[in-house]
Amino acid sequence: MKKGLLAILALLMVLSLVVAGCGGQQAQQSQGGGGSSGDTIKIGANFELTGTMAAYGRTSVNAIKMAADEWNAKGGLLGKQIEVVEADNKSLPDESTNAATRLVTQDKVVAIIGTSASTTTLGMVPVVQQYKIPTIATTATNPDVTVDPKSQETYKYMFRACFIDPFQGVVGANFAYNDLGARTAVLYIDEKDAFSIGLAKFFKENFEKLGGKILSEEHYVAGDQDFRSTLTKIQSMNPDVIYEPGHYQETGMIIKQAREMGITTPIVGGDGWDSPDLVKIAGAENMNNVFMSNHFIPSDPDPKIQNFVKAYKDKFGEMPDAKAVLAYEAANIMFTGIKNANSTNGDDIVAALEGLKDYPGLTGNITFDKQHNPVKPAIIIEFKNGEQVMRGRVNP
Amino acid sequence: MEQFMQQMINGFSLGSIYALIALGYTMVYGIIKLINFAHGDIYMLGAFAGFFAISAFHLGFIPSLIISMAICALAGMFIEKVAYKPLRTAPRISMLITAIGVSLFLENGGLLVFSPSIRTFPTIFPVKTYSIFGGIVKLTVKDIVVFLVMIVMLIILQYLVYRTKIGKAMRAVSFDKDAAGLMGVDVDTTISYTFAIGSALAAVAGVLVGIYYNSVWPLMGIMPGLKAFIAAVLGGIGIIPGAVLGGLMIGVIETLVAGYGNSLYRDGVAFAILIIVLLLKPSGLLGKNEREKV
Repeated sequence: MKKGLLAILALLMVLSLVVAGCGGQQAQQSQGGGGSSGDTIKIGANFELTGTMAAYGRTSVNAIKMAADEWNAKGGLLGKQIEVVEADNKSLPDESTNAATRLVTQDKVVAIIGTSASTTTLGMVPVVQQYKIPTIATTATNPDVTVDPKSQETYKYMFRACFIDPFQGVVGANFAYNDLGARTAVLYIDEKDAFSIGLAKFFKENFEKLGGKILSEEHYVAGDQDFRSTLTKIQSMNPDVIYEPGHYQETGMIIKQAREMGITTPIVGGDGWDSPDLVKIAGAENMNNVFMSNHFIPSDPDPKIQNFVKAYKDKFGEMPDAKAVLAYEAANIMFTGIKNANSTNGDDIVAALEGLKDYPGLTGNITFDKQHNPVKPAIIIEFKNGEQVMRGRVNP
Repeated sequence: MEQFMQQMINGFSLGSIYALIALGYTMVYGIIKLINFAHGDIYMLGAFAGFFAISAFHLGFIPSLIISMAICALAGMFIEKVAYKPLRTAPRISMLITAIGVSLFLENGGLLVFSPSIRTFPTIFPVKTYSIFGGIVKLTVKDIVVFLVMIVMLIILQYLVYRTKIGKAMRAVSFDKDAAGLMGVDVDTTISYTFAIGSALAAVAGVLVGIYYNSVWPLMGIMPGLKAFIAAVLGGIGIIPGAVLGGLMIGVIETLVAGYGNSLYRDGVAFAILIIVLLLKPSGLLGKNEREKV
């Protein structure tokens, strides 16, 4: 009997080694040629490849590789081929610090693209500042990503490809007050999520400035499954709109439970909702009178976007989400910056990025402001039976 | 009034699920004095087993429930054999630490095998709402199913524990393991059965949650596992009716806090209850103050 147990334990250990080994191999493969041969330009991609936000990372890395392939097919960058080096931050801020350090010190990348979440980006800011590596975050919308919250100074090497939370909160409030005609609102916030809290704050400020009234602020924690008690309370207050700036997982459950309880109030949120999983979780029949602000909509008639959507779909067999679009955008901006700088020196690239004027991106013409944020519009999407319909484009 | 009645229904549905998980905690503690922290993850396994049975093999509710119970019973017995049995004579803290290890193994193994993304349960019960008491209270089919299944499981468990030979053996082992062994009770088998029954009940909770909230993912067991642990302590750990009472109470209290107080404090209140119970009446609501046997 004892022997049997030992055998099982040994088997488990071997299995875990094999699994760990696989991960290592993948990392090595993506490092490819490696070394300091100098015939490629290495660009780091620090993303959420595993962990709770794994869905964000995969599509982002796909899109960056697609952008690199396109540039390489046209002769590469500064006469060299672009090589994308992946690093997994496991959806955790401290792992993101490690991943960025590895990219810089071991893989010797000249620039980094990533991450797709504010928390993980904040984890790598000190690293890229220290080593002077220009970095573009894809969908990190928290203002602190490019600006030191204490000194209010802009981080020299940090840029982003997306709009920021204050703008998104303002867009949400304007839309609720003017378009939906809402005068009373309830906020329903993920109490542990910086993104959710920030967005709710900016929504509240602006909604009250417009003359609206916030009836109550309710909270949940990521990972909760039961929202019915709070929803029953919200139902009894009968607001004109529910603003729920969370992520797709809980949002899906909230919308489903609310609609099943007979709450027909419009529900509005931000780009954290953006995932095909949202409709799967909520159920298409419940996704009515639901609105979100986002960076992009696949059905946008703009031919640039349609070309991208088609190319991505042909290559990966699925529709791109906003994470993919902004990763593609960030990669192209970075490559353009390096090309304009005609150098791989960090300071030169930063100067080139700061000097970009109306770069024609997929999600608008991009010029960086003093805080290294692009000035560009947001899109309001309405869900009709689970289908995304473009409701409007809001300029800053 | 209308809102209050509705909140009570919400609370009872949630509490029924906590109660089913808490039963497993309490039974295992009762028999080998182990707080089995991997229990919440067995509940996750049960939810996934039910998910695959329903969505991949297109089985109905009852067959899926039975398959999920069988899988979790086997998993529970296996874990006991591999992780806890070799430590039965070791200090109790070793087994507790092992339980945490098993829990982490199941969570991360789940992330690896099932992938971290959330899966959605197909709808198997009609989305229908009944109004009772002249429309004051709305009951969904899912509410009724959750509550009925909990009652049925409780009746079966009572029968098992008080009317069958294995139940008698379980009670004997929990009373005094060594004496029971001397009287001819097969202690190992009895402990094995206890894990099987406790895990099967967690599987029921898992499948019910999948149906009720229609989503499953590998880390879903952490919070409900902790809450059920609190429920078991509140009712008196080791006492079967205590687990049910504790589970229902935690469910209702949480709901009332979220519904009338501040939703920010919902989880905090549950843990505050744990601290208060441990300070004031560690034996729980239904527990008798026993002197530690020396």
